[in-house]
Amino acid sequence: MKFAVKALSSGKARAGVVHLGSCPSSIETPCLLLSTRKGLPIFISPDLLSSLPSPDSNLLQFSPLHFSEGPSPKTISSIGGLHQMVGLHEYGFAAVARDSIQCLPECGSTNKTGASFETPCGRRLIKPVEYMEMITSMKPNLWATLADEVPAWANNKRNKTSVDRTVKWLDECIARSPAGGAVFGSIVGGSNIEERKRCAQEVAVRNVSGYWIGGFGLGESMEERPSLLNAVTDNLPKDWPRMICGLGLPEEVLQGVAAGVDLFDSAYIYHLTIGGFALTFPLDRTEKIDYNYQLSDQGSDRTKINLRATVYRKDATPIVEDCCCYTCQNHTKAYINHLLNVHEMLAQILLEIHNTHHYLGFFRSIREAIKEGCFEQFQKKFVQSRREHLAADVVSV
Amino acid sequence: MALRFEVLGRFNRARAAQLTLPHFACQTPLFMPVGTQGTIKGLTTDQLEEIGCQIILGNTYHLALRPTSELIDELGGLHKFMNWPRALLTDSGGFQMVSLLHLADITEKGVTFQNRIGADIIMALDDVVRTTITGPRIEEAMYRTLRWVDRCIAAHKRPHEQNLFGIVQGGLDPVLRDICVRGLVDRNLPGYAIGGLAGGEDKDSFWRVVAQCTAALPEDKPRYVMGVGYPLDIVVCSALGADMYDCVYPTRTARFGTALVPEGVLKLKHNAMVNDTRPIDPTCACMVCKNYTRAYIHCLVTKDAMGSQLLSYHNLYYMLQFPKGDVPEWVCNAMDVAGIDISSCCSS
Repeated sequence: MKFAVKALSSGKARAGVVHLGSCPSSIETPCLLLSTRKGLPIFISPDLLSSLPSPDSNLLQFSPLHFSEGPSPKTISSIGGLHQMVGLHEYGFAAVARDSIQCLPECGSTNKTGASFETPCGRRLIKPVEYMEMITSMKPNLWATLADEVPAWANNKRNKTSVDRTVKWLDECIARSPAGGAVFGSIVGGSNIEERKRCAQEVAVRNVSGYWIGGFGLGESMEERPSLLNAVTDNLPKDWPRMICGLGLPEEVLQGVAAGVDLFDSAYIYHLTIGGFALTFPLDRTEKIDYNYQLSDQGSDRTKINLRATVYRKDATPIVEDCCCYTCQNHTKAYINHLLNVHEMLAQILLEIHNTHHYLGFFRSIREAIKEGCFEQFQKKFVQSRREHLAADVVSV
Repeated sequence: MALRFEVLGRFNRARAAQLTLPHFACQTPLFMPVGTQGTIKGLTTDQLEEIGCQIILGNTYHLALRPTSELIDELGGLHKFMNWPRALLTDSGGFQMVSLLHLADITEKGVTFQNRIGADIIMALDDVVRTTITGPRIEEAMYRTLRWVDRCIAAHKRPHEQNLFGIVQGGLDPVLRDICVRGLVDRNLPGYAIGGLAGGEDKDSFWRVVAQCTAALPEDKPRYVMGVGYPLDIVVCSALGADMYDCVYPTRTARFGTALVPEGVLKLKHNAMVNDTRPIDPTCACMVCKNYTRAYIHCLVTKDAMGSQLLSYHNLYYMLQFPKGDVPEWVCNAMDVAGIDISSCCSS
């Protein structure tokens, strides 16, 4: 894996380029890692994946825990690794134990032997040895070391233990590191600035290719997050990539970018999709009054629409007028409304395609803003415009 | 009449033909996947085109319920609504009828709904009785079917854009079937379906009804055996001279974790699949068999939506490619013994 920072804006936000062995093209950062379940998107079938913008959509994230009920590491090895098993040879895979959707850290059950997660197969305890066995068989392009993540309300003692444990497991994982595959050292520390700093400093001196920032999206508030993020990134070398989990919403991603994070997972697309929502917030960065959005309706909050709303029953227009995703090019709001109504799986497939496409567009605007040196304004304007819409809605009610 | 049917090749009773419908020129024999509610579960129209789907079947009853036939009409018909450029067939809505008391309404309403939905082929309302039932009910159903066909013809508002097919009923009784066939042929419909089968009757009775009907129905019009079915049944019916089939089986069985393979079925849920690194079917050229192992599909089925999708894709690919493909030799041999020669369809 190769990574380089190409531009900086507002001090810490950086635009970079990451190159992974299996991907034919380099991928620009900040970028979004698409969520998968067992290596394939949750709804978008592999032959439809290629309809998403490339190479933006070529980075996928999975959790080794997805395979806790099989196939076994031995079988996965004999198939040739994850890329081979899921037939996505020209994609990059990032392995992280936590996937923010269905593999959620359960710190109460985590102990000195391993990390515990709530999964669809029940609660699983995974030890560094087992974790590394899975990583070795799956051969992801990059992987995060096993971490002990605690929520924001964990007490200081528990938080401190999580840092000590995470660093210890980091060393154990590195010791069993397979050849090939970039190791990202995990950094935790909860909501404690000092612990965050301590952990970052410990990991910064280890022999890793990048950093995975854990423990966010577990209860900390929007207000306290920036200082916690900075406590980590201020203590990391600038030349290595930083990946994070748990910052899903656009405003949260912007906080991460402002602190100097490069790679993001997001459960946002998944939750929108299963809720029947489609993203519609404008991606165009130019100052423009959008008259459509002034005509408020029950189905929209101007950032997304709820396609279950009856107002869309006869709407023969696409979700977003000039969107070039498969869904908007081929289908109407009326059809998706019908599919949701009759509980047909195609609804989720079409929504996941559109929402992924749209969110990738959001990341593209972030990169453009950084390269133009105006990221801070971009962030301010974005957050402001969303608040304005909310205020306007309150007034109109 | 809004279709052209041209037989291009024959062997004895089996025929290969071109069925030109308003939205698509189809090659028969063909299999129609069932897209009950305006979609084939989990597959996009692009994927369906890619695997060779020519006609999709929609259920009038379900569509009339949601989103309603009026809405579909207002938005330009079902083709436009679901963005399917090829052909559609809708059933009469009668199969799912609940109450017999409102029959008088349903006969014409079924056609009206189908006119609004706009499919290339629409089915006349028939009085369907299970073949496992005996007695006067079957005769009653057969005569009622004939009377209803006349009402359907009268109610059909778009004969130049939509083809009304009549359905032959009569249970397993050759005399009743004969009366029904002759009655329908007299009405000079664009095509005919053989109904009332695929409901649990024994196979030896099943093929005899199909054989009788295909012998008596006009040569130059398509014959559609409703609800069929298993690949072997399709082979037999094609040998006997049928052209069109529909069944929920391939997609439904996919959602339960079963794949269709030349040898029969493969139950991907089974523990034996856990570490099996072979593809579902090494002879299959579909995207699923080319990229995935049984072990991987096993870990998906019944747990993740993707498992259903991939298996549905494979199963439909199998059904859609298969009537054109090679017939297993053992079937040819069995047909030989039964006195039906389909040697030209067997792999040489």
